Amino acid sequence: MAGPRKASPRMPYDGVVVGAPVSIPYRRYSTNTAHWWVGRAVREVVQRAGLRSSDIDGFSLSSFTVGPDTAIGLTQHLGLSPRWLDHVPLGGASGVVALRRAARAVQCGDAELVVCVAGDTNQVDSFRRMLSTFSRFAQDAVYPYGSGGPNASFALITRNYMMRYGATREDFGKICVAQRDNALHFPHALMKKKLTLDEYLGARPISDPIHLFDCVMPCAGAEAFVVCKEDVARSLGLPAARLLATVERHNAFPDDPIQYRGGWAMDIGELYAMAAVTPDDVDFVQTYDDYPVICMMQMEDLGFCGKGEGPDFVRSHTLTADGSFPHNTSGGQLSVGQAGAAGGFLGLVETVRQLTGEALGATVPDAKVGLASGFGMINYDRGLASGAALLAGGQA
Amino acid sequence: MTEPLSRPKRKDPLKKTRIPLLPQGTRSRTALGLTAAAAEGRFQLQVCGDCAAVVYPPRDACPRCLSASLPFCDVDNRGTLLAETTIRTSTDVYFRERMPWRIGTVLLDAGPAIVAHLHGDLREGERTRLELKLDKSGQAIVIALPARDTPNMADDPQWRELTCDPKYRRVLVTDGRTAVGQAMAEALSQAGASIVFVGVADPWKPFPGEERLRKLERVEIVVLDLTDTISVNECAGEFAPRVDILVNTAEHVRTGGIVERKGLTVAREELEVRYLGLMRIAQAFGPVLRARGADGINSAAAFVNLVSVFALASWPAYGAFSATEAACLSAAQSLRAELRPGGVKVVNVFFGPLETEWYQAVPPPKLAPSALGRAVVQALRQGLEDVFVGDIAEDIRARLAVNPKALERELGS
Repeated sequence: MAGPRKASPRMPYDGVVVGAPVSIPYRRYSTNTAHWWVGRAVREVVQRAGLRSSDIDGFSLSSFTVGPDTAIGLTQHLGLSPRWLDHVPLGGASGVVALRRAARAVQCGDAELVVCVAGDTNQVDSFRRMLSTFSRFAQDAVYPYGSGGPNASFALITRNYMMRYGATREDFGKICVAQRDNALHFPHALMKKKLTLDEYLGARPISDPIHLFDCVMPCAGAEAFVVCKEDVARSLGLPAARLLATVERHNAFPDDPIQYRGGWAMDIGELYAMAAVTPDDVDFVQTYDDYPVICMMQMEDLGFCGKGEGPDFVRSHTLTADGSFPHNTSGGQLSVGQAGAAGGFLGLVETVRQLTGEALGATVPDAKVGLASGFGMINYDRGLASGAALLAGGQA
Repeated sequence: MTEPLSRPKRKDPLKKTRIPLLPQGTRSRTALGLTAAAAEGRFQLQVCGDCAAVVYPPRDACPRCLSASLPFCDVDNRGTLLAETTIRTSTDVYFRERMPWRIGTVLLDAGPAIVAHLHGDLREGERTRLELKLDKSGQAIVIALPARDTPNMADDPQWRELTCDPKYRRVLVTDGRTAVGQAMAEALSQAGASIVFVGVADPWKPFPGEERLRKLERVEIVVLDLTDTISVNECAGEFAPRVDILVNTAEHVRTGGIVERKGLTVAREELEVRYLGLMRIAQAFGPVLRARGADGINSAAAFVNLVSVFALASWPAYGAFSATEAACLSAAQSLRAELRPGGVKVVNVFFGPLETEWYQAVPPPKLAPSALGRAVVQALRQGLEDVFVGDIAEDIRARLAVNPKALERELGS
């Protein structure tokens, strides 16, 4: 197979930082609209950074449930007058993608202060309605097949991965149990009870081999952060993490009959080269965890082990915040909940918190470099969008 | 191994009849190409006119070469089941009450990976053949079957959702006085229908074939005169709740075009038997069929219309007859939309001249009534919606697809 064309070296993100990591506590169901959740997140960013709304000259929105509005409608709704506007409807990849677009805008002076926000509501019937109309391929070729939603699609991916690489339910369970341990320290997590491996293994089947604790809980919530230059952050007195490198890829490896790798595998060399670090330098990783098999795929595709070595890698590490491979330190979506597009921000916002010393729960000791990755948009049979960002704490 | 169906018990009249639910039937316009293929029992996918890539799900541009030329073509239906899952929870009300439900990813030899429903006898890693079927919503879906037939495979619950198999179903054949009606009764009885009611107007009047008809197993003659609204309503009042498959075999064949007929008497009779007869039957039985679409093993399944293929293009030698058949076809299309909410299929079975007295002067090939009976059973077992039986019907179908104007001239010369 032809590899990607040799790309010219990318311009570094000199002086671009991310701050004001905001998570609005999630709720299982909400009678409020997505607009309400987005508004709360923007307000908290403004308060945290000591801004007025008129200081926000860049605005990026990710949401599944804000329809019929898009980002433009929200400017009037929230009373913002940005000179740079973006709408990133990329689900689980929206955080990384929003960040990298905003970073270039800030770096080039198209905007000084970009607020990136993701928010979704979850009303009693909204998940079902979203599934049936998620995409044209979903409508034509997925939903009429048992209407199992992402559980069924990821069941096929998980089943195939287990057969191909010998992963077991115990391996996936170890990921979920460690995340729950992390979540017990995170005040916003919807899951408050300890999870044991036996409970994980004994849970009811949802779509074999997916069982209850492999699934995220859809909920309402919002996440946000600010992207600006380092001097702006300093003048605001805002703790911030430096952006080292990002990658983004869509519809990678379209000829794989079933997804067993994501777009990261195409771009991982570029990610580390741009950041001038290696996987060994990374102190913690926030993978996109809609299902544990995707976490394992990311451990491989992001270079922490070779393809197919994910199961052994998980077996040989402790995955809690204080472990040998700190992973999804707030508990991830599996334990905090999946608030629609905010799920694509969760890992990134937690990364900024860890690097700026603002962790709300379990803290990774001496964390200097963190990696957050995103994955999303099951258009037909696989997640199409992938992205990753490397960030560093402390001063340059 | 598929567990064979057991004969359903008599229904407790106090028990609630389940409301028929449908899987989601919304499709993109392009995806309706699959529905067209499924209606006739073909396995067709888009094949790129420029690079020959086989494309799925349906698209409007080729993902390999961006060509907009993506016609639906017959494609090799063989593949391998790569992975399967058993879905145990669903957000959809139709599937919720049919859990657990198996689906899987099939890599087609021809190229694409297809998420398909799975027949119960197919296992992960095995070879499979894919078929396009119409689900209860009337739209196309793909089901993966074992590479070779297995015992009782037609009894698999996921498969039976897609078919109108006469096994253990109760059938009404509307007119048993004709050779076609008698052949239909025999074929359906042999196909395992639990009973075949056969309508006969004025049963005290003897008719050819009567003795043989009365001797057929599980056949019961009932009073039914399609030209009499009261008779149709009385029959429905007594039998409609026990009819799962209705086969309208009403026939009225006379020669002559429009000018040739000289007067309206025969045309009125034709319409009375065929068009108005169909309406009477549909109005009397349709509402009960539609309400019983999810009523267990012997749920209401199909309304079968026997229609002359000359409904699609007039044959001036039988011109007035063709016009009446066209009216029946149009009514059947409306009926299809009206019965769909119950998950009941309207099956149009098109045929050419028959081996019967009314086509005496027509040269062969002509269709034996028994062949028509077998074709109806096959269509029900396969869950088809449009069926062309015999050489003439298939020929007309093919010529119509190529050039309808040419066909009009040819039939009129």
